[in-house]
Amino acid sequence: MAGETRDIKLKIDHVEKIYEGRTGKMIALNGVDLDIMENEFICVVGPSGCGKSTLLNIIAGLLDATSGAVYLDGKKIDGTGTERGVVFQQYALFPWLTVLKNVMFGLKLKGMPDDEAKEIAMKYIKMVQLEDFVNSYPKELSGGMKQRVAIARAYAVQPEVLLMDEPFGALDAQTRTQLQAELVRTWQEEKKTCFFITHDVEEAIILANRVIVMSARPGRIKTIVDIDLPYPRTQDLKMEKQFLDLKAHIWGEVYKEYLEVRK
Amino acid sequence: MDEKKQKGLIDRIPNAGWLFLSFLAAILLWYLLSINEKTGRSFPFVPSILKAVQTVVDRGILAEDFISSMISVVLGFAFGFVTAVPAAFLMAWYRPVQYIVEPWIQFIRNIPPLAYVPLVVISAGVGRKPQVIVIWLATFLIMTVTIYQGVRNVDETLIKAARVLGAKDKDLFVKVIFPATTPFILTAVRLGVSVALTTLIAAESTGATAGMGMRIRSFSNSFEVAPMLLYIILIGIIGITSEKIIKMLERRLTGWQEKREI
Repeated sequence: MAGETRDIKLKIDHVEKIYEGRTGKMIALNGVDLDIMENEFICVVGPSGCGKSTLLNIIAGLLDATSGAVYLDGKKIDGTGTERGVVFQQYALFPWLTVLKNVMFGLKLKGMPDDEAKEIAMKYIKMVQLEDFVNSYPKELSGGMKQRVAIARAYAVQPEVLLMDEPFGALDAQTRTQLQAELVRTWQEEKKTCFFITHDVEEAIILANRVIVMSARPGRIKTIVDIDLPYPRTQDLKMEKQFLDLKAHIWGEVYKEYLEVRK
Repeated sequence: MDEKKQKGLIDRIPNAGWLFLSFLAAILLWYLLSINEKTGRSFPFVPSILKAVQTVVDRGILAEDFISSMISVVLGFAFGFVTAVPAAFLMAWYRPVQYIVEPWIQFIRNIPPLAYVPLVVISAGVGRKPQVIVIWLATFLIMTVTIYQGVRNVDETLIKAARVLGAKDKDLFVKVIFPATTPFILTAVRLGVSVALTTLIAAESTGATAGMGMRIRSFSNSFEVAPMLLYIILIGIIGITSEKIIKMLERRLTGWQEKREI
């Protein structure tokens, strides 16, 4: 995808977030600037507490920036909006709804009639290969399946930007690998701008066009690493020199920040 | 299959079998109490109880007492429920309401209703009114506390998830907070019914003209032990029946929960 001229989808313009508590001020984000292109897959890595999740929540509209702003297609965002979908680490499925009803949730909120909502929901349930579980409740699903439902639910409302907050963080390595491959496949099919937070450097290299390394508190963008590897990136790639070099480079940057936090 | 052998007798008897054994043991214990000279005065055995059934039916008081008590319980509980739900949500929504009201609730909840019944009677007069008020108060307190916990426990990520899917405040309430709170509301109903029944006896202690609790008091004054024991057993039966019904309702309405039993 490199070399194509594309529009800026998301513009993060000097976003600052300061929490004021009883114990004093805590600067979570210290002036973050980033342009994310249309259909780009961005992965954000960084030590715990670097403000990655805060940044995601601000883009989602769940949190307000203290100063600065986020623009979607040049329009300043204010609050949540269905053009920005979110997948949470804790799945956040509604436990009282079946898989189908969970995926239909956002569509029904739009006022879509039942059969139409059902049709669209089924399309995305098939996409995540859960058509045999449409009438199951979340408690009957494994962690990987739950996260698939959450992804289908986010896709169903057809957002332009998909924000993912360590979505595979709670899954075992095998399931994670599988879901990474699925995510890349659906991303290529559906063409969405992805903003994906992870702890896992390998995961970031498998998924991203660009990996953003954030610094320890106060959170800033430290380095941006372009990943010029063709998709789909298979597991075999993990043994190759190009991959290992990238991994060593990014890991080195993250590790320095990690040491910074421990000081 | 080998495992099954090791389980032994305890696991091989079905639940219904154990229930039957438990019942038999209770009858045996009852019998032993009835033949002892001292405890026999309080625990007349089955034949005397059956005779007592005849007596209270003939006197026409059984139906009257039962209906009177049930009216008080149902009214008190209904008022308790319809006031507890908004109170609990207000407390969860507006922190000042919580800060001011919660200490009152915790304080009054620890006073046995029997203690303040006379106070209520002084204001409300005798008859059904004070009974309903006392049951209302007791059920309101327990249900408010329980439902409030439920509203507070709503998983915040679910609210976030709903918001990013386009939910407005009204949708959040109807489609997320309310269903998420249902298990607690049903638990509150179960606890409320149980409190309503236990409070009933206290509520009928002063100035009642009919009712299970009032009658037990009057049997006590006339030393009619068998009918008194009969009424006590009946109250137990009413309590356990209502609990079973509500538990069934809980299973049907909140079967989606990961873990249950509060």
